[in-house]
Amino acid sequence: MDPRSLHYSPTHEWVSLDGEIATIGVSQFAVEQLTDLITIELPRVGARVTAGKSFGEVESVKAVSDLYAPIDGEVVEVNTAVANDVSLLAADPFGKGWLVKLKVAPGAAMAGLLDHAAYEKKIAEDGGH
Amino acid sequence: MYKLQQPPLLFESSRPGRSTAVLPGPDVPDAPLDDLIPPEHRAAEPPPIPELGELDVVRHYVNLSTLNMSIDSNFYPLGSCTMKYNPKRNERLAATSGFGAQHPYQDESTLQGILSILYELQSILAEIAGLDAVSLQPAAGAQGELTALLTAARYFRERGEKRRQVLIPDSAHGTNPASAHLSGFEAVTIKSDARGLVDLADFKAKLSSDTAVFMMTNPNTLGLFDPQISEIAELLHGQGGLLYLDGANMNAILGIVRPGDMGVDLMHYNPHKTFSGPHGGGGPGAGPIAVRKMLAPFLPAPLVARRDDGRFALDYDRPHSIGRVRSFFGNTGVLFRAYCYIRTQGPDGLKRIAQHAVLNANYLKALVEDVFPVPHEGRCMHEFVASARNMAKDRGVRAMDVAKRLIDYNVHAPTVYFPLIVPEALMIEPTESESRETLESFAGTLRTIAAEDPEVLHAAPHTTPITRPDEVRAAKQPVLTWRKA
Repeated sequence: MDPRSLHYSPTHEWVSLDGEIATIGVSQFAVEQLTDLITIELPRVGARVTAGKSFGEVESVKAVSDLYAPIDGEVVEVNTAVANDVSLLAADPFGKGWLVKLKVAPGAAMAGLLDHAAYEKKIAEDGGH
Repeated sequence: MYKLQQPPLLFESSRPGRSTAVLPGPDVPDAPLDDLIPPEHRAAEPPPIPELGELDVVRHYVNLSTLNMSIDSNFYPLGSCTMKYNPKRNERLAATSGFGAQHPYQDESTLQGILSILYELQSILAEIAGLDAVSLQPAAGAQGELTALLTAARYFRERGEKRRQVLIPDSAHGTNPASAHLSGFEAVTIKSDARGLVDLADFKAKLSSDTAVFMMTNPNTLGLFDPQISEIAELLHGQGGLLYLDGANMNAILGIVRPGDMGVDLMHYNPHKTFSGPHGGGGPGAGPIAVRKMLAPFLPAPLVARRDDGRFALDYDRPHSIGRVRSFFGNTGVLFRAYCYIRTQGPDGLKRIAQHAVLNANYLKALVEDVFPVPHEGRCMHEFVASARNMAKDRGVRAMDVAKRLIDYNVHAPTVYFPLIVPEALMIEPTESESRETLESFAGTLRTIAAEDPEVLHAAPHTTPITRPDEVRAAKQPVLTWRKA
């Protein structure tokens, strides 16, 4: 996936919207900040997620960090390869390291998400915090 | 620099037949082994036990012990942990047979000494907190948090109120949301503002009649005192909520201000940080809590009480109590050391602790902040959080590299990557017990490291037997015991 075509939450998750299906991942910048990853916990298929609320967590040697849903929806697919081997996320956050696919709730907005240029500006300015 | 060597394992040094002891022959009749333990219940071979001479065993453990870093041998600016000097006098007193050899099953009449000390400690901690009642029972700061939140939950239940949320700043210790969750609440994060203080707008937006408790650490984990605390308390109390103080940083305000006067309703102490209890090893610890009068009936049972005849007793007659949170009466040895420390210092000494903790941190900050910038401006309290972000960006040297390199200079690393709201965080707490010379020497070391070749830093430490362990593998596949190959 081309990072420039994605939308980003201020908490470093990316979204790629294709019709009513949104693919969710974590940005390269966030993965680098987390340093060495140990495990990841992802929701089950069928789980409902709410924008701004935690849908899983990733543990690195530094800390356990929540993953926040960038948009409302229902989980229709989970990347089990990443769940089994979190090093995939570190190696290819915008590709093989995607996390979940959501069926976006009707009327759910991409409001509050940043385009690539705005996200790059944000992380350059505040170090991602 | 001299590289320390890791001694071989005892198993690797073992030689068959070598022994430390010569045992006398048996003085009871011999019996065949088969008569004592039938063959089917015996292992095929004896367990592998290393065989060494006594001197080899002594050297093994003494050499291992020298690989340790401790406050007794090294400067130890581990932010948030308050690694100050623990006076040896307290250890000596705690080891005297009158205190060290007691047993909780002794008759109460023979425990009057320790009970009177614990009773007095309850009132001293209440006085320092500016609150009304104290439970000494919790066995650690985090258990104190949990106990206090369970006490608050019981308080609301008895009032017939159903409140589900605990508000917690994003700079808080990770134990705060964990305690909220364990006590049945939902943890709601409150943002920090650009100054590193509670974002008042976010606090107001999330405060509601569903708010049970706001857990505040003040000074917070950035080492900043939040002057909004009284306003926060007023807003919170207006909604019927309770203000909790995480007392991890009490050494910054001891004797200067009482939490109760700032609107705090309940709090915990960390005696190992504030009152020189022993650190580490997962315990034994203590995490006493102090609460306002209306919460006192719900504190864990028993409390130490003074009866009408002047004798001290454990009071179990507490019908509204949340019950017991720890066997017997908590870790009284740790509480005893805290008592000795407080009584040795006296009220003026406690105040000086806070003054020196803040002075030392500000002096050290001034010595290093041109090289390791501190993102949140202003005077700090007992600690400060610097950032290696510029070094990371310009030279690829991260906070972890600096921390690892400090070990080569015989300094324990500061806390790194916490709090999470500061990128490449180095959380430095010099504590009140360090001299000006130590602070200046440490600042010099930090400046030396900042100018070193990044390659040297990436490979640090160079002096330890193990340099950079594979932390991911260590977390996923820990090897905790020796097994015969």
